[in-house]
Amino acid sequence: MKFKCPECDGDIDAKEVIEGEILSCPDCGAELEVTKDKKGNFELRVAESEGEDWGE
Amino acid sequence: MTQTLSLLYDRVRVEEKEIINAAQKKGVELRPIDAKELRLDITDLSKDEIFGEVAIERCVSHFRGLYITSILENKGVDVINPFSVASLCGDKLLCSMKLAKAGIPTPRTIVAFTKEEAMKVLEEDMGYPAVIKPVFGSWGRLIAPLKDRETAQALLEDREEMGNPLYQIYYIQEMVERPPRDIRTVVVGDQIAASIYRYSAPDDWRTNIARGGRAEVCNLNDELRELILKAAEVVGTGVLGVDAMETKEGIVIHEVNSTVEFKGAMSVSEVDIPGMIIDYALQKARK
Repeated sequence: MKFKCPECDGDIDAKEVIEGEILSCPDCGAELEVTKDKKGNFELRVAESEGEDWGE
Repeated sequence: MTQTLSLLYDRVRVEEKEIINAAQKKGVELRPIDAKELRLDITDLSKDEIFGEVAIERCVSHFRGLYITSILENKGVDVINPFSVASLCGDKLLCSMKLAKAGIPTPRTIVAFTKEEAMKVLEEDMGYPAVIKPVFGSWGRLIAPLKDRETAQALLEDREEMGNPLYQIYYIQEMVERPPRDIRTVVVGDQIAASIYRYSAPDDWRTNIARGGRAEVCNLNDELRELILKAAEVVGTGVLGVDAMETKEGIVIHEVNSTVEFKGAMSVSEVDIPGMIIDYALQKARK
């Protein structure tokens, strides 16, 4: 599957993706979350950044 | 009757992927639900069918997961882990106290509420080195060894500047003399799933896998198994990560984690931890 990085417009090639998964852009290093648009197509959005209450 | 489960997530890590896969393999319907897209009416507490009989709450954000758990429980959905367990384990102060009260060996910990008193704890009681931890949060974040007065003063002053009032709860723990590793045990219900040694990364003193720590299988003896299971029971039972350290005086349990990350444990132990979690959820759904 091919995506465009929403941060730097770089090309991202991903094999199997599932919703909620995090990819990082090979060009700019941004952390991107896999989501679905209204039509059910996968798209990428910039992921939430680490919060103070994150982790186990 | 077929049982339906849900998985509440905000990030799909390896653990969440594996839980989804495990459900698929077992032919169990598990609905992954992105917590970031939820809107929940907390004045209408009728049962919300989309969450199924049991929800597995796996949010990376502790407070997000905690509130979702409370809401779902009030809507009549069983949650793994229950609110009582997640709230206790998400707070180091409450968790230490619970362990101590149950007679489980745990590192000596003193709490103060101002920088001045925290300094006195170190100078007059605990001595150096000691460890200061925030009562919430994790991956070893902001956990610091206090080696001497200068470090302590600098760190406590930093703490005072931090906006979050929870950082003004000074949780100061004895620095336990231990090998450069601790023992992470994943407990599912009343069963031990897997146990690993977590070695600190070469450039870090903390053993968190999230900080680059390395994992190795740990074979627990009966005494340790019993202690770990007791710790899990004391906090209320669920899917838990019980952390222990080896000291000269014996084992101490320093933490019980509620949204346990088991990537390290799974890869070295080859135990099907996600499968056990699904079975545990089904067992709860049948009750």
